[in-house]
Amino acid sequence: MTAITDIPEAPRAARRPQMGNPVLRWLRTNLFSSIPNGILTVVLLAILAKGIFSFLQWGVANAAWLTPTNDSSACRAVRGLGACWAIIPEKYRFILFGTYPFDEQWRPALSVVLFIALYYLSTRRALWRRELVYLWIGALALISVLMWGGVFGLSFVSQDRWGGLPVTLILATFGLAFGFPLGILVALGRRSKLPAIRSLSVLYVELIRGVPLVSLLFMASVMFPLFMPAGFNIDKLLRAQIAIILFAGAYLAEVIRGGLQAVPRGQYEAADALGLSYWRKHRLIVLPQAIRHVIPPLVNTFIAFFKDTSLVLIIGIFDLLTTAKTAIIDPAWQQFSVEVYIFVAAIYFMFCFAMSRYSRSLEAPTTPK
Amino acid sequence: MTADHPRPPPRRRFLAFGRNELKGLFWQVLVVGIAVGVIAFLWSNTVTNLSARRITTGFAFLGREAGMPIADSLLAYNPRDTYLWAFIVGIANTLRVAVIGIVLATILGTLVGISRLSANWLLSRLAAVYVETLRDIPLLLQLLFWYVLMQALPAARAAWRPVEGVFLSNRGLILPAIPVGPPQLWVLGTAVLGAAAFYLIRRWLIAQQMRDGKPRPAWPFAVGLVLALPTAVSVALGVSWTIEWPQLRGFNFVGGLTLAPEYFALLIALVTYTSAFIAEIVRSGIQSVPRGQWDAANALGLRRSFMLRQIILPQALRVIVPPMTSQYLNLTKNSSLAVAIGYQDVVSVANTTLNQTGQAIEAIALIMAVFLTISLSISFFMNWYNARIALVER
Repeated sequence: MTAITDIPEAPRAARRPQMGNPVLRWLRTNLFSSIPNGILTVVLLAILAKGIFSFLQWGVANAAWLTPTNDSSACRAVRGLGACWAIIPEKYRFILFGTYPFDEQWRPALSVVLFIALYYLSTRRALWRRELVYLWIGALALISVLMWGGVFGLSFVSQDRWGGLPVTLILATFGLAFGFPLGILVALGRRSKLPAIRSLSVLYVELIRGVPLVSLLFMASVMFPLFMPAGFNIDKLLRAQIAIILFAGAYLAEVIRGGLQAVPRGQYEAADALGLSYWRKHRLIVLPQAIRHVIPPLVNTFIAFFKDTSLVLIIGIFDLLTTAKTAIIDPAWQQFSVEVYIFVAAIYFMFCFAMSRYSRSLEAPTTPK
Repeated sequence: MTADHPRPPPRRRFLAFGRNELKGLFWQVLVVGIAVGVIAFLWSNTVTNLSARRITTGFAFLGREAGMPIADSLLAYNPRDTYLWAFIVGIANTLRVAVIGIVLATILGTLVGISRLSANWLLSRLAAVYVETLRDIPLLLQLLFWYVLMQALPAARAAWRPVEGVFLSNRGLILPAIPVGPPQLWVLGTAVLGAAAFYLIRRWLIAQQMRDGKPRPAWPFAVGLVLALPTAVSVALGVSWTIEWPQLRGFNFVGGLTLAPEYFALLIALVTYTSAFIAEIVRSGIQSVPRGQWDAANALGLRRSFMLRQIILPQALRVIVPPMTSQYLNLTKNSSLAVAIGYQDVVSVANTTLNQTGQAIEAIALIMAVFLTISLSISFFMNWYNARIALVER
């Protein structure tokens, strides 16, 4: 009998809500449901309180917020006790935009705004139409004009002066814009009935996925000049961009292949029955369904890939992380790298967190409750 | 491919080529032709460029003296050794961080994943914040952050001592250690053999139980083979197991096990970052087990540990293992970020080699070979494990 009296806990819990203060009831069910649970809550609260307290002490109470230009004495005074947030107003222009000419920095800033607007528009389900492709092409062209200049009275800025956040966004966005079609082609190739095309696709995907991105980037920075005819050379940023596109293509291909596998066989057969050609069948029938299936994993791949652009630090390209690391080489501010890293981490976090929230909101309606 | 869609037998035609086959052939010839053309173009450029720079291709350089310093290595190394040995030392360093990282990340990730499902609101929220924060910040940034923190630790003389015998300073983490030589290895070898024998005996006991339904205790064998036997060997050989305590001499430590700051920072970064992903995998794996399974196990009156071990975990593992494999692969590949903080793993050694000798193609080929081998071994092992735990439909 004891076993049976154990089970009907559900009705008891269901009766309880009618009595007592709702706050107390919530505390009871979520924090103090049993004695071990209560002890755990108290211990966690104590640790959390201590952590938050020491962080506030370091980051707010003892922190140095502002100092005169290029004078870190106030920061040195609180070193070890408090944060030196003064380094952020001192260095943020360099961290965000690198060595881009100071008076022209509204251009990269505007590019960043355009990028964010582009991302926002791409998340609107109502805009998932052919026009979105034109919008992307237009926006990327506009950003190129803004960054390079040389026309419409904008002075020309060569890309070795670009740096910071725009470079990170350029690497990620162009990597995506070119990697995505490449991924579609390779995914189709991998499912093709033609053995030569299939094995080439498999070889490409497995080779790229088998090695770390770092080695691909080394390859782009060191071996690329060897591959090209003598005298022909292209910019370091573009070489890294090519490596990132190839890398993204392989990973996106695998995600898209998953989507292709999820399209029911009947859809292929129906398309064949209509007499559609291979390309029309995929463009009109198969791919729209396949991609819709894999939008959440695609967004997760974009997040991974956005973070991975930071690896260009290793080959010395001035993306957001590299400018941050360079900003603290300055001897006067050398000891305050933690603050700079927190600032940059917050920027990366905002982008990735927004994307992961979005991915979850896409998954939500389809998850059975 | 599927049994329920039998294909009609292909119609025989003259020359056995239909329009589709011809089209297929055309596309294949085109794509392969382009691929071969591009590779031939790159290859001829490379050969010309290499001869212009007087770099001889081939792996002969591996026999030359490396002359590069490797500060922290598992294997004995000095700069007069060959490039080949430097590479092997680099591979050992990669494996050292990858293997320990995988083990620690699995443990930490499982704990965090289970915490996310805890009935305790505070614990599950904290676990969620942990996962969300670590996942959304680039690993390289986290690595640099940990490395900066390591360097900001006090000097060896003012080292922190969280526990007696453990020192944390800007020289890294120093732990007490037991020196292991051949006699100790003999004892450990016996223990491994004992464990293998115990595994076979346990399988046999379970097979017996399957036949007649009588439970047979396995623990006496475990105690006998894994504990008592090695102890007996140790006593018989008179092996000493004294713990070596690290001591501060001058500006550095003597004795004990030292985890250099580079290694320690890399390990922390890899473990915490990967554990956030593993936590999500474990959580979704456990959530994938239908509620009815918990209820049924409860209704049978099974003990909680038995229920987890025999009912829930086997079903959750089916969902957990495949994505876990790719996390292990990611951790191994991410260990190449070591180059950013100067821990000499295989990528870092290859990079130095490349700068010293100009043997770019060979160095990159070696990196690729090493990582492809590691990736394939991990996939192979995990596929074997996955096949073993896969649900047997009865």
